[in-house]
Amino acid sequence: MPEPTITLDVFRYRPDEDERSTFQSYDVPYHEHWVILDALNWIKDHVDGTLSYRWSCRMGVCGSCGMMINGDPKLTCAAFLKDYFPATIRIEPLANFPVERDLVIVMDDFMSKLTSVKPWMIRDDTSPMEEELLQSPSQLAAYKQFSMCINCLLCYAACPELDSDPDFLGPAAIALAHRYNLDSRDQGTAERQDILGAEEGVWGCAFIGECTEVCPKNVDPAGAIQQAKVAVTKDWYKRMLLPWGKR
Amino acid sequence: MRRPLVRPYPKDWFLRTGAYRLFMLRELTSVCIAGYLVFMLWWLYQLGKGDTESFRSLLSIAKHPVSIGLHTIALIAAAWHSITWFNLTPLVMPMRIGEDRVPNVVIAIAMGYGPWLVVSGFVLWATLH
Repeated sequence: MPEPTITLDVFRYRPDEDERSTFQSYDVPYHEHWVILDALNWIKDHVDGTLSYRWSCRMGVCGSCGMMINGDPKLTCAAFLKDYFPATIRIEPLANFPVERDLVIVMDDFMSKLTSVKPWMIRDDTSPMEEELLQSPSQLAAYKQFSMCINCLLCYAACPELDSDPDFLGPAAIALAHRYNLDSRDQGTAERQDILGAEEGVWGCAFIGECTEVCPKNVDPAGAIQQAKVAVTKDWYKRMLLPWGKR
Repeated sequence: MRRPLVRPYPKDWFLRTGAYRLFMLRELTSVCIAGYLVFMLWWLYQLGKGDTESFRSLLSIAKHPVSIGLHTIALIAAAWHSITWFNLTPLVMPMRIGEDRVPNVVIAIAMGYGPWLVVSGFVLWATLH
């Protein structure tokens, strides 16, 4: 009996050759334990070495192999062929991002948005510390969920708001800003609040909630954005109503 | 040579998944609420005239099956909108006791369903008395 195969329709775009994007079909051996990334690697090794895509860890940690699978954003290292077999699988680069080549997206815009919210520990006193900053288990629990983000950008591909307003900060950047705002060791909330509280910040979100649905690490960015909305609103009232109010 | 390709976002995105469809359904309920408010404004305008003739015509319009049907749709839409928001409350206002998160259902009842029942009960009591 011949080995079963599965067909992958893969998005191709070679900026030095192609005027526009095309789809190329590849027949790949079907194995029940293979994920889509295995199939792409098989194509690259055996059929077409020019196919470009990002990947690294193969186990849902690095966040680099996100692609649109039949129109849904997924980590290809966690999407099994058996869930689609025997139908053809359509593979495209993540939506809402320009395409550099084939399945590789340009993420410069996200990187600058991420940097703008200062997702790192900010302290008033930057001199070297004598003692470590202790944190209780409940203080850790307050932000831990939001710290699980691997920057895979599936949430950006799932967010229709980014299509209508490309300047919207987006789910992951806001979730990470919120993660540091919730951290008992951080003192940088005031520095992040103007960016978070802007129209392109938390208010760009209509709470569609698909970012949370597609998140492979259960970060719940939609929840983080709504919580950040409450936080910036409280902050605004404090500043407007209390002349002595501090942030 | 870099020549990034920009692609259009699918125009039918709101039909693609369950979460998108539920979101659009929730947004659409606001159209029913807006329609109901227009009716209320017109109702108040007619009442403001103060004559028996207008009041009688109001009552006959309100009792018309079409009016009852539209009111029922507006009520279902408002209830659906409220229920979906109550269910989302735990995401917006999570609470913790120590390391443990307060169960979502407790927050939804305390912040949404509970007050809703109390206020609805009061309105019912005030209407019947």
